[in-house]
Amino acid sequence: MSRHLLDARGLLCPLPVIRVQDRVAELTPGDVLEVACTDPGALNDIPAWCRLNGHRVAECRDEGREVFVTIEVGADEPKAGDRVL
Amino acid sequence: MAAQRKAVALVSGGLDSMLAAKVIMEQGVHVEGLNFYTGFCVEGHTHAIRKKDRARPKRNNALWVAEQLGIRLHIIDIVEEYKDVVLNPRHGYGANLNPCLDCKIFMVRKAYEWLGNQGFDFIITGEVIGQRPMSQRKDTMPVVVRESGADDLLLRPLCAKNLPPTAPEREGWVERERLYDFSGRSRKPQIDLARRFGFEDYAQPAGGCCFLTDGSYAVKLRDLWESRHRRDYDLDDIILLKVGRHLRPDPSFKLIVGREEGENNFLEGYRRRFVHLRTTSHPGPLVLVDGQVGEDELVLAARLAARFSKGRDAETVTVSVTDREGQTRTLHVPPMPAAQIPGDWYI
Repeated sequence: MSRHLLDARGLLCPLPVIRVQDRVAELTPGDVLEVACTDPGALNDIPAWCRLNGHRVAECRDEGREVFVTIEVGADEPKAGDRVL
Repeated sequence: MAAQRKAVALVSGGLDSMLAAKVIMEQGVHVEGLNFYTGFCVEGHTHAIRKKDRARPKRNNALWVAEQLGIRLHIIDIVEEYKDVVLNPRHGYGANLNPCLDCKIFMVRKAYEWLGNQGFDFIITGEVIGQRPMSQRKDTMPVVVRESGADDLLLRPLCAKNLPPTAPEREGWVERERLYDFSGRSRKPQIDLARRFGFEDYAQPAGGCCFLTDGSYAVKLRDLWESRHRRDYDLDDIILLKVGRHLRPDPSFKLIVGREEGENNFLEGYRRRFVHLRTTSHPGPLVLVDGQVGEDELVLAARLAARFSKGRDAETVTVSVTDREGQTRTLHVPPMPAAQIPGDWYI
């Protein structure tokens, strides 16, 4: 279990979500990924993506010009064929 | 019992693709969504940039749709590959710089490749015959089937009954009788179907969700190509075209002027790459200079920055000018009167 940082500052949604998606694919369950963004839309979009894909949002922090989302990578990616709800 | 079939749905975030996915899910098929990011997407960006929108809740429509449907969504960054679609559309442009038919072919082809890698069975889209003037016509929809390579693995559930049966129908993966026969530009059948499924609050962007269909955006993109004497762009170029006022006093340079605090904050992130100006005696915009400028042009840029500042009626406004090396100096200039700014400077 390890902690990782992702700098998505200066990117507009959905790019922060795409970067999170690609980064999480390289991590293992239990890893923590902290994402720094400047697009406040990330506060909605990253948690939405996490809900769809079975990851836990440990924290969302709005510091004005910058926002931070901390993700706990969930269990193995759902297998194709499983419904994700 | 037969194995559950799997379909990949192109999900734009609009109503039609949402309904198409739902229609197929209702038939017991496993559906996952694909959403493509081209860089020209309208939603999100403008909300993120402009301050007046910050109070409104923001959402990515494609993610929202996936949540409503309870399906996984894969968002694919196609910014680089998509350039060839925009720059060299085999089927030409629509009313503006929108290569809708080439775009649809490209996206279905990408979905077809994805399907092969992921072990899915067929592709679904929200297309409706006659809904869009370029890519969704009786004569162009077969072009998408053919040129994407998807052939009869491409199913359009909302208008399938108006089209020849596809493999998923012939093989019995879906029941053709439970598909639809929508056609034309009317939105009523979709709205009725949305009501039946209990969908509310869905997005229905007029003219689609792409800046390339927007007339004033297309003018700015053409101006960019003309000024550089080449048709090309990178992601920052096409995002900056969405932000601020763009004024071109001369073929050799243009100014990007933030219109409000949100845009100024956004442009801040780009300022180090550009000569930039800021009024210091009065609140005012951040102005980026795109192109080559000498001393006269800098004074002109400073006078324009002053014009768009709170000091527009003052005799003199102080403007700081910073070059790409970060060296800053100060100019004292009279704001340019609005009436002296030629209308054709505004791109």
